[in-house]
Amino acid sequence: MSDAIRSANDTVANNTVAHDDSVFGAEEMELNFGPQHPSTHGVLRLKLKVDGERIVDCYPIIGYLHRGTEKLFELNPFFQNVPHTDRMDYVAAATNNLAYVGAVEKLIGLTVPPRASYIRVLLCELQRISSHLLWLATHAIDIGAMTPFFYCFRERELVLDLFEQYCGARLTLNCMRPGGQPFDLPHGWVDTCREFLELFPAKIDEYENLLTNNRIWKKRTIGIGVLSPEVAVEYGITGPMLRASGIDFDLRKAMPYEIYDQVDFEVPLAENGDTYDRYLVRMEEMRQATRILEQCLDQLPEGALMAKKARVLKAPKGGEVYHGIEGPKGEIGFYIVGDGKPIPHRCHVRAPSFINLQSLPELVSNHMIADLVAIIGTTDIVLGEVDR
Amino acid sequence: MRSEMLRDPVLSRPRPRAVTPYKKSLAEWLYLPLFGGLMVTLRHFVRNLIKGPRYTIEYPEKRRDYSHRFRGHHILTSRPDGSLRCVACFLCATACPADCIKIESGEHPDVNIEKYPVVYEIDMLRCVFCGYCVDACPEEAIIMSNNYDMAYFHRDQSKVGKNDLMKPYTFDPSQLGYRPHYPEEDAQRAKMRREAFNLVQAAREAGATEVAS
Ligand code: SF4
Ligand code: SF4
Repeated sequence: MSDAIRSANDTVANNTVAHDDSVFGAEEMELNFGPQHPSTHGVLRLKLKVDGERIVDCYPIIGYLHRGTEKLFELNPFFQNVPHTDRMDYVAAATNNLAYVGAVEKLIGLTVPPRASYIRVLLCELQRISSHLLWLATHAIDIGAMTPFFYCFRERELVLDLFEQYCGARLTLNCMRPGGQPFDLPHGWVDTCREFLELFPAKIDEYENLLTNNRIWKKRTIGIGVLSPEVAVEYGITGPMLRASGIDFDLRKAMPYEIYDQVDFEVPLAENGDTYDRYLVRMEEMRQATRILEQCLDQLPEGALMAKKARVLKAPKGGEVYHGIEGPKGEIGFYIVGDGKPIPHRCHVRAPSFINLQSLPELVSNHMIADLVAIIGTTDIVLGEVDR
Repeated sequence: MRSEMLRDPVLSRPRPRAVTPYKKSLAEWLYLPLFGGLMVTLRHFVRNLIKGPRYTIEYPEKRRDYSHRFRGHHILTSRPDGSLRCVACFLCATACPADCIKIESGEHPDVNIEKYPVVYEIDMLRCVFCGYCVDACPEEAIIMSNNYDMAYFHRDQSKVGKNDLMKPYTFDPSQLGYRPHYPEEDAQRAKMRREAFNLVQAAREAGATEVAS
């Protein structure tokens, strides 16, 4: 990066520290954090400039997990790309699938039958629960609370079982196709899902019992990694991180896709934008997801699962489309350009983890190294999606 | 840029600059919520000691019971005479996003069948277990089992050939996974339909003129 751009960036972000890796203060030194550090949640490398325990500057280095997914998309027919989207954010495969197939449907102009839409929303909200559970488990264990880890994984297992019964895989679901759903809910799935929904709110209370009023937890999270709403908007941060800063923006409400306009739910907001508030927002999101799931199960219509479509999906020439949905981590969107062939001409992914990660230097400056771990946890990044 | 954003009605609302500082309530000062948390763990401890449910599985001895849609190791199905059902049409290899199916076709002695695969190899380390090969096959010649432990000493062992794909799981229906048709599910649906039909029938016979639909 040239100096001009760098200083321009710093002005924009009102960043008091310049990303200059050659100038050190008297007591400052450089420290590499990761890429094999267990609490970087993957292969994230951070170049820290520290002054004792205090972080002066942080420079994330990414790309260790780059697999060229966007390029791969240009080689395969539309339906063959769905398994590749599973592997970007591998703890939230259903929402990735939905963002991709939604973009393809928009590009080609397919209307999904209502039953398929409901099944998609069911899967996505279950995925939101499972992703937030994994986040809570790892975030808590990073900060030092061991117990929530076990409890969260216990419930996550039930969600993964539901996925497995529906589509045959637990993580890399591959559960949607452009135009609809490949298979119907298996016999007894709705009852199993209802059982889970009956039991789950009590379990959320249990996690909250462990953490919400815990003095140690509060001390470790309140006032740590404060993200002001202006900075959040400037970085383009989305998802629970944005809402914890007090900005009411949720794509499920702002631009309803699938059947989100037919279910009743609230978008939880907080105002401080620190780690504790992000925790509260995500906990409340799990409760709201339970509500959405219950309504979906009640309203589930009968009917077809696949839209009428050509055997080979061809994109219109010169067609381009962007379709974003609200994933567990933020807005995940696909930008696809078609050129009359059955394969995308170009595909770009707006990955929420990648964009949320950019705010990390802002969040960690002037914090202790121990807090850095809490802040990485609270951004809820998945490196598979950051690097793609 | 910043000033433009601040003109935005949502963003220009007054909001706290600094975070509300953490003030301990009396209960927190006495560590009471911590004891609430400890009670949760204690309750779990006692309950797990006395009775289940246990959430863990002692893996190699006990195995998880996967559903009949699980996408595991592939199976090549066979005809009643024991020959492969596959007609080497290459549809599965074309549909495979990981490009891991290798087929070489040969001429079948029966003219109605035309072709059969001389070589049929799936590279299990490349396979992403998406199930597209199963969806693509017109002959139901390839299905999946719910066997998930695939470990190899060498990379060449991961290329599983025709014989190994046919052999072990074909005969145990409880080990089948993802496949186009689920007889037990279809049977269940048929049973439900039959029961509903019987109910209607019984109501009719009991003299009810209208049956609530
Ligand atoms: S499951 Fe998918 S990746 Fe594996 S062989 Fe079949 S089509 Fe290829
Ligand atoms: S699609 Fe079926 S019949 Fe055709 S080559 Fe593959 S396994 Fe054989």
